[in-house]
Amino acid sequence: MQNKVQEYTTLDDALKLGLREEEYEKIKEILGRTPNFTELSMYSVMWSEHCSYKNSIVWLKTLPKDGPHMLAKAGEENAGLVDIGEGRACCFKIESHNHPSALEPYQGAATGVGGINRDIFTMGARPVAQLNSLRFGDIKHNKTKWLLKGVVKGIGDYGNAFGVPVVGGEVYFDSCYNTNPLVNAMSAGIVRKGRTLSAISYGEGNPVYIVGSSTGKDGIHGATFASADLDENSADDIPSVQVGDPFQEKLLLEATLEIAKTDAVIGMQDMGAAGIICSTSEMSAKGEHGMDINLDKVPLRQPNMQPFEILLSESQERMLVIIKKGREKEVEAIFDKWDLNCVQIGVVTKGNMLNFYWHGERVGQVPASSLVLGGGAPVYLREYKEPDSFKKLKSFDISQVRLPKDLKKVAYALLENLNIASKRWVIEQYDTMVGTKNMQTNKPSDAAVVNVKGTDKALVLTVDCNSRYVAADPYTGTMIAVAEAARNIVCSGGEPSAITNCLNFGNPYNPEVYWQFVGAIKGMATACKKFKTPVTGGNVSFYNQTNIKGKIEPVYPTPTIGMLGVMDKKEWHTSLAFRKPNDLIYLLGKSVNDINSSEYLYSFHKIKKSPAPYISLREEMLLHSLVKNLIRNKLLVSCHDVSEGGLFVALFESAMPNMLGFTIDTDAKIRKDAFLFGEAQGRAVVSIDPEDAEEFVEHLALSGISYTRLGHVTKKRINVDNESFGSINKLADIYQNALQNHLKE
Amino acid sequence: MKFGVVIFPGSNCDHDMIYVLEKIFKQEVVKLWHKDTDLHACDFIVLPGGFSYGDYLRSGAIARFSPIMKEVVKFAQKGGYLMGICNGFQILCETGLLPGALLHNNNQQFICKNVYIRSETTDSLLTKGYPLSKPLKIPIAHGEGRYFAPDDVVKKLNDDDGILFTYCDENGKITPEANPNGSLLNIAGVTNKKRNVFGMMPHPERAADEELHNTDGKNIFSSIIDSF
Repeated sequence: MQNKVQEYTTLDDALKLGLREEEYEKIKEILGRTPNFTELSMYSVMWSEHCSYKNSIVWLKTLPKDGPHMLAKAGEENAGLVDIGEGRACCFKIESHNHPSALEPYQGAATGVGGINRDIFTMGARPVAQLNSLRFGDIKHNKTKWLLKGVVKGIGDYGNAFGVPVVGGEVYFDSCYNTNPLVNAMSAGIVRKGRTLSAISYGEGNPVYIVGSSTGKDGIHGATFASADLDENSADDIPSVQVGDPFQEKLLLEATLEIAKTDAVIGMQDMGAAGIICSTSEMSAKGEHGMDINLDKVPLRQPNMQPFEILLSESQERMLVIIKKGREKEVEAIFDKWDLNCVQIGVVTKGNMLNFYWHGERVGQVPASSLVLGGGAPVYLREYKEPDSFKKLKSFDISQVRLPKDLKKVAYALLENLNIASKRWVIEQYDTMVGTKNMQTNKPSDAAVVNVKGTDKALVLTVDCNSRYVAADPYTGTMIAVAEAARNIVCSGGEPSAITNCLNFGNPYNPEVYWQFVGAIKGMATACKKFKTPVTGGNVSFYNQTNIKGKIEPVYPTPTIGMLGVMDKKEWHTSLAFRKPNDLIYLLGKSVNDINSSEYLYSFHKIKKSPAPYISLREEMLLHSLVKNLIRNKLLVSCHDVSEGGLFVALFESAMPNMLGFTIDTDAKIRKDAFLFGEAQGRAVVSIDPEDAEEFVEHLALSGISYTRLGHVTKKRINVDNESFGSINKLADIYQNALQNHLKE
Repeated sequence: MKFGVVIFPGSNCDHDMIYVLEKIFKQEVVKLWHKDTDLHACDFIVLPGGFSYGDYLRSGAIARFSPIMKEVVKFAQKGGYLMGICNGFQILCETGLLPGALLHNNNQQFICKNVYIRSETTDSLLTKGYPLSKPLKIPIAHGEGRYFAPDDVVKKLNDDDGILFTYCDENGKITPEANPNGSLLNIAGVTNKKRNVFGMMPHPERAADEELHNTDGKNIFSSIIDSF
C-alpha cells in the first residue's frame, strides 16, 4: 500500500535522519515506545540545530535581553518587537539562508527573503524595509560569479514583486566563502502597539486553519539539511531547497494584515523550517494545549504525498492560523477575497498531545512540548578550545611591515578592491524606493533611514560585520561589529535601540570553531550592554564549511549584527556627503598607529594574519555622544564613520556623492599608511560650514575626545600633504566600475 | 479632482500613489478593486506600479482581462483620463490603449535608480504646467521598460505628437548614456492621439514628498490638477 507508514524504526533510521544515538534513546523514553517513521521524522527536524538551537542556546541565554523599549524578548515571538513611540512598534529580525543559496542561489536567496518577511507580517506588522548581508568567495572563480548573480537576482525578483524596498546591506568577498556563501536577510515592519498577533494556540475546540499556498514536496528535511556540512554530494539534496512565489506572498501579506484587524484570531505562525510540524508544535507548546490534525485535509500541490512529507514540507507562503470558534466565516471571506486557500485541518484540544490523522487513521502522536526548544529538545554544552595560532597572532607589529613609497597606488588599489568598491551593480537590481519611505535615496547616510509616515520619527537600520576581524579575534571582532553598527546609526542621526543577530559559524562539534562562537557571544554581550542595545533574537547557522576531498574549510566566523535605531526628529537625518567647497573637514576620534586586519594589510601587503584593529568601548561611547550632540545642535554638514579602507576611503566616500574633492594633511606622529588606511575603530569624518567653526570647536573641547582638523573640501582635486591624488572623477570611475568590470564577460 | 486608483492583487505602488494624491495634493481618491466594476464617477484613473497578477507570463498580460479593466477601457474609449505608471504603462500597452510595447531592459536586469526625463510636448495634461524640456529627476524601477514599436507605429506616434517624456541627462540632453534601458528614441512615456491616455515608466509618485528630498515629480501632479 502506497501510503503505509513504516511502523517501527531502528537506530539506523535515526542516524540516517541526522539524529544522534542518545537522541534516539531520548525519543523512545519520551514516547514510552519506539517511534514510527513519521514521528521519528518530526523529531529529526525539530531537534535539528536549525530549529532547536541545541548547541547554542546555553550561550545565547547569556546575551542581554532587557531594555526599556522591549515589547517582545528573544524567543518569545517570531521576531523582536521594540516600542518606537507615538503608539507604534517595530518588529525586526535577521535570518540566514546559506545552505540553500550555496546549491541553488536564485531560489535559496529568494525564499530567504520570503521567510524573513513572513516572520514580520505573521506578527501583524507591515514590512517596510529589507536589508541583507552577503558573503561570496573569490570573484575570479566562475562559481562565485554564478552564485553572486543568482543570489542578487533571487533577492531582487522576490523583494521587488513583494514590494518592500531594500534599504541597506553589505557585500563582502573572501576566498573562505568560495563554496559556502552567506546569505543573511533582514526585514523590519511597523505595527500599531497592542495590535500584534502572537504565535500561540489555545482554547479547546478552536479550529486550526492552513492558509496560503498548497503543500508540495519541496524542502522536505530542509532544516536537517541546513544542519549538516556542505560537501561534494550536497547537490543531490536539491529537493531540500524550496521554491518561492512572491505573488502568493504578497496576497498572504495583505490577507494577514486584514485578519489582524479583526479580533477573530487566537494566534498565527508562518511555516518556514520544518513546516506544519514546527508551527503546530511550537504554537501548542506555547499555549499549553494539544491539537488533532487531519493531514488529508491539507491542500496539496502534487499527488502521492505521504503523511511525513506533508508534515515536513517547507513549501513557502503558508501560515497556520488558530481562529476563535464561530468566527470562521469572517476569516474565510478575507482569504477568499485574496484568492488564497483557507482550509480547516484540525482543532485545538486539551492537554499537550499532537495527534496526526491520515484518512481517519492516527499516524503520529507526540507531546507538543517534547519537540520544542525549552521543552524536550536536547540542550548541549559543547567543548571549546583556543587555537594555538591565537597567541602567536598577538606578536604582530606594524614595524614588520614596510611603508610603501607610493601611497597613491595603495589608494587606487583600495578603491578598486571589491570589499570597498561601489556595490552599485548589486543595489540597482533591488527596488530600493517602493513604499516611498527610503530617506537615503537622495540623502545618503551611514545607515538606512526609513520614514515612519505621519510621525516625526524615522527608523534607522544597518547590518554590519567585518568577519576578518572576528576571525582574528572572536571577542574583539564581534564587539567591533556591534560598535560599528551603533556608530553608523549615530552618524546618521539616530539612537541605537536593539539588535538582531545572524550567527554564521562552522561545525559546532569542532572545539576551535566553538571557541570562536563562545568568544563572539561574549564580545556581543559586552558591547550590547555598553550601548544599551538588547538582543531581540535572530538565528544561528552552523556547519558553514565545505568538505572538499577530505579537507574541511570553515568560513570566517560571521556574527552579522542587524541594528535598529530610532530617530526622534527627521531633521536630525545627517548625510555622509560633503556639500560645498571650503567646508572644513575634521576627524573625530583618536588616530592610532594601527593597520591590524585592515583591507590594506590583507590585500596590499598580503599579510593574512594579524590581530583585530584597535577599539576602546569607552572612547566609542564618547564619540557617539559627541556626534549626537553636534547633530542636535545642527553643526554638522556631513558625518561618516571610518571603517574598511580607513580614513582615505571615508573621505572619498564623503566626496563622491556630490563629486567634490578634498585636501588634507596627515599627522607626523602617526605612520602615514596607518593614518590613511588603518581601520582603528571609534572615528568619524565630519564636515562643517566654516561659519560654525568656533561653536563646533567648543563642543569638541568639552567632549574629552581626540580630534584632528584635516583640511577642507575642494571643487574636484584630491590632495594629501600637498601631493595630488588625482581628481574625484578619476577616483570615482575606478570605484564605480570595479565590480561591473569583473562581471562583464 | 476625484482620482481612482486601481488595485490589482500584486500592485505595490498603490499606497504610494494614494499617499501623494491624498496627503500631499489633498485630492479625493477612490480605491478601485480589480474584481469590481464600478468606477465611482472618477475624473482621472491611475493604474499604479507593481506586478498586477504576479506577471510571470509577461508584465501586464493578464491584468487586461480583469473585471475592472473592462470598465476602465470603456471609460478611456469615451475620452476619460487614464494614466499608467510602470506596470500600469505595461498594462495600457497590452490593452492597446497606447501604442508600442515594453520589453526586457537591454542589460537583462531589473534597474532601480534616479534618472532624468524631459517633456517633449506641452500639449498634455501631464506636461502643460511647467517649461518644455525641463529635466526632472524621477526614479525608475523595472525589469521590462525598454520601449519598442515598429517603424510605422513610431511614425504615427511622432505625427500625433505622442511622445510625452524622453530619458535625458541632468542638463536635458538626450544621449545614449542617459538611456537606462535601451528604449527606442529614449522614450520614457507616451500618450494616445486623443490625448486622454498616458503611460510612463518612471515613478513621479516617488519624487513628490519633501521628506524624501526630491520633489521633481510634483511638477507632473500639479500639471494634472491645475490643468484639469
